[in-house]
Order: sequence, then C-alpha cells, then structure tokens
Amino acid sequence: MHRTGELYGHFETLDQQRESASLGMWIFLITEVMFFGGIFLAYTVNRHANPVAFALGSNTLDLRLGAINTGVLLASSFTMAMAVWAGHTGKQKLITLFLILTLVLGGIFLGIKTVEYAGKFEHHLVPGSSFHIPAEDVSAAAAKADPDFSAHAQLFFSLYFGMTGLHALHMVVGAGLLIWLIRQSMQGRYTAKYNTPVEMVGLYWHFVDIVWIYLFPLLYLIDRRHK
Amino acid sequence: MSEHIVSPKLYLGIILTLMVLTAVTVGAAYVELGPWNIVVALVIATFKATLVVLYFMHVRYSPGRTQLIVVAGVFWLGLLLFMTLADYATRSWY
Repeated sequence: MHRTGELYGHFETLDQQRESASLGMWIFLITEVMFFGGIFLAYTVNRHANPVAFALGSNTLDLRLGAINTGVLLASSFTMAMAVWAGHTGKQKLITLFLILTLVLGGIFLGIKTVEYAGKFEHHLVPGSSFHIPAEDVSAAAAKADPDFSAHAQLFFSLYFGMTGLHALHMVVGAGLLIWLIRQSMQGRYTAKYNTPVEMVGLYWHFVDIVWIYLFPLLYLIDRRHK
Repeated sequence: MSEHIVSPKLYLGIILTLMVLTAVTVGAAYVELGPWNIVVALVIATFKATLVVLYFMHVRYSPGRTQLIVVAGVFWLGLLLFMTLADYATRSWY
C-alpha cells in the first residue's frame, strides 16, 4: 500500500486517519458488546430459573482472588490509559514503560485465573460426570428448594467457565497486541504525532476490562450474605 | 480535530474511584437487601463501566459520531435484554 511516513495513501491527514481508525475500532467493539451481550442474557435467564443453584455455585468461588483480580485488571486499565497519554504527549520511554506495566498486570490476572481454574478442577466443580458439590456447602433449605441443585449448579459452572474463558481469551489476544506494541514502541515508532495503534489497543483493553467489571459481581457476589 | 489530552491526575482520580467502588460492591454483597442486592451490584458495575468509557476510553472528549455509536450500541443491547426478558418474565401469566 502506498504510504508517506505514517500516512496511508487513502487518507488526507493523520487526524483523518486517526479518526477513521477510532470509528472502525468502536464499531468492532460494539459487535463485541453484542457477542458478550448474548452470553450475559443466557446467564440472566438461567440464573432467574435456578436462583438456589446459582447461589450455591457462586459461593464456592474464591471471592478474595476474584476481588484481587478485579483490582489488578482495573490497575492495568489505568496503566493502559497512561500509555495512551504518554503517546499523546510524545514521551516515548513512558509509552514503553506503561505498556510493559499493562502487560505485567494482564499476566498477573491470567495467572490468578489459572490458580482459580486449577482449584475448580481439584474440587470437582467442572461440569461433567465427576461434578460434585460438597454436602457441607448445601444447606437443608437449599436442597429442599432445589432438589436437582447438582444439575443446575453445573449450568452455573458452564456459564462461569464459558464467560471467564472467553474473557481470558480476549486478555490473551490483548497481551499479544501489547507485545507487538512494546516492540514497535521500543523502536521509537510512536510519537506525539502518530500513536494511533497504542490508542486503538487501549480501547480494546478497556473494553475487556468493562466485561470483567460486570462478570465479577454477577459470578462472585450472588447471595454472599448467607455464608 | 486533534485529540484531547486528559491529565494523569484525572486518570488517578478515576482509578481510585474504581477501586473504592470495587470494595463497596463486595461490602454491599454481604448486606441483606433481598432482591435489591443484584440491583445495587449492577448499578455500581454500570457506574464503573461508565467511568471507564467516558474517561479511559475518552468518549467524553470524542466526536459526536463516536458518542452516537456508543449510545446506539448500548440501546441495541438494551433491546436484546429487554425483549427477551419481557418474554421470560410474562410466560407464567398464561
């Protein structure tokens, strides 16, 4: 493709190029909203139908790890916003630094998520033939309200793994994009005049953060007061 | 139009607010509110998401067409949720 410096041939100015990229990115993010929206809807319908089993399942999740991970991901959004700020103000070293911090925080999130997943496998909380909720976690009232709680709790865990898994997949893609940005940034490609890729990956990263902002209360915080 | 540069101070204020709201939503989950627990959790989550969209994602300072896309996206998501849940909520009436 014909290109003069950072300006591709089919654009008049860098500003026009940047605004076109931003518009395209936002339209992509809205398709992502629709994608996750359908899954959140499936979650809502199933939770409404099986309130007891969803509360049982939610209470087996490690709230401490979930809350820490929420903080880690929010912090990574902050460092990402700072990377974009460093781009806009032309502070090249800071762009690289904040991108690396974002990548590290994203890595910590995925690490904690892995620990949580491993715990679910160890405690037989993965849907399937070996699924088993320990009897001491099920009150007599809960067992009476939903005699089929084991089957219904598996619905909760299917949604838990599906939703957090898709979220984690988005994080992995984001981490790949960050590695690419860091390499480019270290070569000094991003300046105050041209930093559109940093800004676009930033939008994507913040979107993934927003998905988690909803996942955390919906998955971890059902009926906690009875514990 | 050139991009609006948000000051790091504002970003710091936003992230601190987000952290405090995370603590508040965990605390609120332990308060007995009946059906209102989920409402409180979702209101806090939506407030947090709005802060991220407006400031971290710069929508507050973006051109009108970007804002229109965001609003349209949320509207269509609302339609998806509202129409489907209206169906499920009223099935038992007949």
